[in-house]
Amino acid sequence: METVEQLRDRLLARFPGAALTVVTNPSPSAQHSLVIGHAQAVEIATFLRDDPALRLDQCSNVTGVDWPDKEVTETTKVTVPDPAGGPAKVVAQTSKRLEPGYLEVVYHLYSISLRHGPVILRLRTGNRTDQVSVPSLTPVWRSCEFQEREVYDLYGVQFTGHPDLRRILMWDGFQDHPMRRDYVEPDDYQWEPTPHGEVMAKAKQHYPAAPAAPAAKEGGAA
Amino acid sequence: MLGTGLIKGLAVTAKNFVGSFHDPARFTTIEYPEQKAPIPENYRNFPFLVSESDDDLMGTLRCVACQICEKECPPQCIYIEKSKDKKPDATGKLQIYPTIFAIDTSVCMSCQICVEVCPFDSIKMDKVYEIAADDRFHGLLVNREQLAKSNAYYHQIRPTEADEVDTRLAAERKAAEEKAKAAAAAKAAKAAAPAVNPAAAPAATAPKPPTPPA
Amino acid sequence: MSVSDLTPLSSPAGAQVRAVHDEFHGDLLEVSMGPHHPSTHGVFRMIVTLDGETIVKLKPVFGYLHRNHEKLGENTTYLASMPYTDRLDYLNSMTNNWAYAVAVEKLAGLAVPERAEYVRVILAEMTRLLNHTCLAGFLMQDCGCMGTPLMYAFREREKILDLFEALSGSRMMCNYQRFGGCRVDPSPEWIAGVRQLVEAYGPFLDEFEALLSGNEIIMARTQGVGRLAPELAVSAGVTGPVLRATGVAHDLRKVDAYGVYPKFDFRVPLGDHGDTYDRYMIRILEMRESISILRQALAALPGGPIMDPKAKLRGFRPKAGEAYGRIEGPKGEIGFYLISDGGPNPYRYRVRPPSFINLTILEDMCLGHTVADAVIILGSVDIVLGEVDR
Ligand code: SF4
Ligand code: SF4
Repeated sequence: METVEQLRDRLLARFPGAALTVVTNPSPSAQHSLVIGHAQAVEIATFLRDDPALRLDQCSNVTGVDWPDKEVTETTKVTVPDPAGGPAKVVAQTSKRLEPGYLEVVYHLYSISLRHGPVILRLRTGNRTDQVSVPSLTPVWRSCEFQEREVYDLYGVQFTGHPDLRRILMWDGFQDHPMRRDYVEPDDYQWEPTPHGEVMAKAKQHYPAAPAAPAAKEGGAA
Repeated sequence: MLGTGLIKGLAVTAKNFVGSFHDPARFTTIEYPEQKAPIPENYRNFPFLVSESDDDLMGTLRCVACQICEKECPPQCIYIEKSKDKKPDATGKLQIYPTIFAIDTSVCMSCQICVEVCPFDSIKMDKVYEIAADDRFHGLLVNREQLAKSNAYYHQIRPTEADEVDTRLAAERKAAEEKAKAAAAAKAAKAAAPAVNPAAAPAATAPKPPTPPA
Repeated sequence: MSVSDLTPLSSPAGAQVRAVHDEFHGDLLEVSMGPHHPSTHGVFRMIVTLDGETIVKLKPVFGYLHRNHEKLGENTTYLASMPYTDRLDYLNSMTNNWAYAVAVEKLAGLAVPERAEYVRVILAEMTRLLNHTCLAGFLMQDCGCMGTPLMYAFREREKILDLFEALSGSRMMCNYQRFGGCRVDPSPEWIAGVRQLVEAYGPFLDEFEALLSGNEIIMARTQGVGRLAPELAVSAGVTGPVLRATGVAHDLRKVDAYGVYPKFDFRVPLGDHGDTYDRYMIRILEMRESISILRQALAALPGGPIMDPKAKLRGFRPKAGEAYGRIEGPKGEIGFYLISDGGPNPYRYRVRPPSFINLTILEDMCLGHTVADAVIILGSVDIVLGEVDR
């Protein structure tokens, strides 16, 4: 099977101007992937499914991934000429910038008829708050139906073109998206005899009046 | 002919029914509380702490409260408090010991990861499976006193594994002693070292399980 | 509710739906099956719309057993997720462990000693025997053969579970595989036990088949029920015996040739109707192939280490990257997709649950059938809710 780069070039020839980026995977698995733009996603997916050399007829796995906003610190070296005429000084300047986060949907495609794969596609949303839609690939592969519903449910990605986009694992009245990395779980902590770490911190909040578990320490050592 | 399949099937049930009267392979159930199924040596149910001696279970715990198992336990059901003082362990070396070592039976999923990660062979899996209690919280919280069992017990329930562990520990101790001796010899050769007087460790106190926060 | 209220079916329907509204056909009836219904194999709910006795719409409702397994995986170390994978599909903990180990080994580039690969194959095939035997028993229970086939199936399953217990310490929650090998080296006595089991399994299957396969009632009940077209099955990501019953030759043991499977000589049974009876027969035939694989693996089991000595138990931190590893589980393709950011926990831990994805076509298979047929169609898809809901 062709490599991701070859695949990208072939796709670019077929869909001029399509937004395609190769994401290399440094791990030993070497499963590289292709980020595709929204505009032609469905056409590209249909092409991948029907192309006689690829025939990626099975979309095996659909995964949502959350990449929150990141603060990146960059250090740049600036050469400042000495006004007194001496040798120029090198000054390091650090700048902070916010790298916007996004939600990502990863599709693992295989070909059952030609027995190869995976070709990995990635769709990315604009950000994590108001531009969270990506085109749905359910019209191309039926197996995306429940899996995209799951990604919608747990990550809040809106799939445009999905025939039946409802919550699937959480109940209908549920508000948040629990697989997001900044999800705060509800404070319905139940009493547990061996709290420690984070659970202990939560337990303390929950029972402000109680002599919470530090008392246990003294109790043990007394 | 229609019906042959049915008759063949009925012959199978008849064979099993008759067989259940004389063939143990076709009568496989046992009357549980009276009879018990044999359990294999590898069977695991719940962890216990290994003590070196039978008489002084609390004093000879192998555990040095390093808290590795507490960190690695997937459902986080181990709770350990380190002692502030040190007590001599089986080899006479001064060690920290756990003042509290509690495991919540209702959370523990018998995965044996604590056993695998413990570098001191001090926590092992027990085979007791009748551990129901009538108190949902404290009854299922097992503390250090209940967890400690002697090495002899370990040999009894898992002879092969316990032998291996003992051999390995003995080898390690010997190696450590030799190393210490060599180090001491080297030191003595250099100069007369001032003798260190190990402070007697205070007696172990009776710990309580952590009190609930409510 | 009348037919005109019916929202258009989201899916290209596999069966012809009769939805006539005239004086002979009354209003549609909506029935909620489950979540507490013995035929749903756990806490699964189907909202079934009936026109008389015929199903015209079926909406599965999931999530009653949802515990966000994937979030747990992100919040614990790589090793600590291993015992949790046992709890996905609690009949097949050995293959779940293996699939997870394969994904991590791909991610970290770990090698597995040959002996461990053989032991993994032996355990996976034993799991397949166990799963398919149970499935046949449960399917017959769903057809209305109360008790007898299920009890015979459980009697045999018990023997496999005893062997799992003797090796790993636990009957169902084995937690046996490790990254780069297996946890315990099987003793010669254990191998002898497996040999005995394998030799006795063929005669048991003969007896089981004499009881069921030719039974006219079962044939009348299952043949032609829940047909699935191969094109739809492939597009819907259906894998495992359900896919092969439609005649699509897709078995990861052959396609990916992972582990030491290429060394064994076995066939992949295929159905040609894609109905419930075929799905049952495929499993029986697969069990016969499993017995043959087990015989070959036991005969060729090499000596040597069972763990890669370089593999670390504690402080395991694969380099940043991602990997998708999959194997052929008894229910279909079980895969794990891991993204590492170099830390001790996976950044993303995703399970590809075969029984969840196989349910995508449940509605298509059930349309046009009766409620009693929906029960056996669901039974023949073979789901475990621990994996469907995660
Ligand atoms: S049982 Fe082992 S790992 Fe746990 S604290 Fe004690 S010595 Fe450390
Ligand atoms: S057996 Fe597993 S769950 Fe139980 S205490 Fe040990 S690590 Fe924790």
